[in-house]
Amino acid sequence: MKLSQDQVKKVANLANLTLTSEEEDKYADQLSDVLSYIDQLNLVDTKSAEPTFNVTDLSNVLADDEITPSLEQDAVLQNASAKKDGFFVTKGVFENE
Amino acid sequence: MNKYETVIGLEVHVELNTKSKMFCRCSVDYFGAKPNTHTCPVCLGLPGALPYINKQAIEDCMEIGLALNCEISNLSRFERKNYFYPDLAKGYQISQYRWPLCINGWLEVENEKGEKVVIRINRAHQEEDTGKLTHSNGETLIDYNRSSVPLVEVVTEPDFRDTAEVRDYAKKLQQLFRYLGVSNADMERGDMRLEANVSVRLEGTKELPSYRVELKNINSFRFMVAAIEYEVKRQIEALEKGEKLVQETRGWDENKKQTFVQRVKEEANDYRYFPDPDLPVLEFTSAEVGQMKNDLPELPWEKLERFVEDYEISLNNAKILTEERISADLFEEAIKQGLEKQIKPQQIANFIVNQKIKLDSEEDIASILESIANKKVDMIEDESELIRLVQEAITENKDSADAYKSGKLGALNVILGSVMKKSNGKVNADKIRQLLEDNLK
Ligand SMILES: [Zn+2]
Repeated sequence: MKLSQDQVKKVANLANLTLTSEEEDKYADQLSDVLSYIDQLNLVDTKSAEPTFNVTDLSNVLADDEITPSLEQDAVLQNASAKKDGFFVTKGVFENE
Repeated sequence: MNKYETVIGLEVHVELNTKSKMFCRCSVDYFGAKPNTHTCPVCLGLPGALPYINKQAIEDCMEIGLALNCEISNLSRFERKNYFYPDLAKGYQISQYRWPLCINGWLEVENEKGEKVVIRINRAHQEEDTGKLTHSNGETLIDYNRSSVPLVEVVTEPDFRDTAEVRDYAKKLQQLFRYLGVSNADMERGDMRLEANVSVRLEGTKELPSYRVELKNINSFRFMVAAIEYEVKRQIEALEKGEKLVQETRGWDENKKQTFVQRVKEEANDYRYFPDPDLPVLEFTSAEVGQMKNDLPELPWEKLERFVEDYEISLNNAKILTEERISADLFEEAIKQGLEKQIKPQQIANFIVNQKIKLDSEEDIASILESIANKKVDMIEDESELIRLVQEAITENKDSADAYKSGKLGALNVILGSVMKKSNGKVNADKIRQLLEDNLK
């Protein structure tokens, strides 16, 4: 299974990575290898196996609606690379969800 | 020109008024608070933090769903909606996608002709709110106080055909949230947010149009209706000109009274939803759901119907009196107390509506009953009843009516006298004179 350059571009975009065209080529090969390797899993018959979404097998674990203290603002911002008046600061982003 | 039909679907987000957040126990009382003072490792998405589900929020979401005639899923799950916008620190929003809590509901609304139509509700699911971003001078400031506040999203099928239906639906939902006590549903504060998907198609076509315009970030019912009406007109004009419409997001410019493009969607978003491995599933038996449905308070539209039936008050009065749960309750208390004083429910209803009284405490009841008792006669004040009397008198005094119409103004007194007699004098003569003049134009 060979990934196209467009598919690599799309994956890079989803991962918020900017790649050069050489890198796109390189990762197309590498990711294709990885996919082929993973593809071996398809040899196993999983028809009767339920997907494992959650390893605890618990259900309805709910917490009462009670407030506990939050962190202090200083503590919250202590590792921020940029901050201003109590806000985290990033370089400008437009809404693009 | 071709005839077109409007196709509208609505998404309503409502912030719940729980005490604590959806997946941690930070306070949700963030309004006006200093930035980033209501956060913890969970709602900041710090590595290793473990979310746990707020029981009250789940109950609120189920109440909303049940009130909207939804089924509660036997099994529902949370999933991660992945994206890079920094309004959530985790890099994903915990939401529901393939296994929503409430599905397949419906709500009856009125269209512009006053007919009842059914709007299908696809789902009501539980998710978390995002932080607040402020953009200035090429920078973005982030406050995560709102991040992870419980949010319920109610999504309809594209069943709306006119803006009267949209308005009625949105009003009903707001009223419901307040009746259930799950949210203040204040639009301006952002407790309740509307998004409309609007497109048009040739009348008689069944398929959904190939595009849809998403109207977003509009914080009042009035602006939403104006934006939809503008869009419908714009889209029809474009199609008539042979233009192709595209998938895009638009906002509303109240100054220019027009919508404007916020974002064009070139391809469908790829959020790579997957089940959140940190959060256990939710499972409910039909017995549990049945119990919950039984425990629902009387819903606003049920109360409206009961008021009209039991107290024989006009639909219009009943609508006003059931607008808020507290005033509806006080009205019923007033009826109870009024009975002892021989005061009828209709008198109380008319008095409250005509005097535009806002019932919000027990003390209001005493003063209303006193005012009514002190009036010498119980005047008929219901507008539709007055009109009925007037029209009856006109039919019965056709000669006088014709005489009046031909210029003999004095003939009006004959009909007026007839109305006074019919009502045993329980009407205001000036009011009746006015109504007669209106009806004989
Ligand atoms: Zn928190």
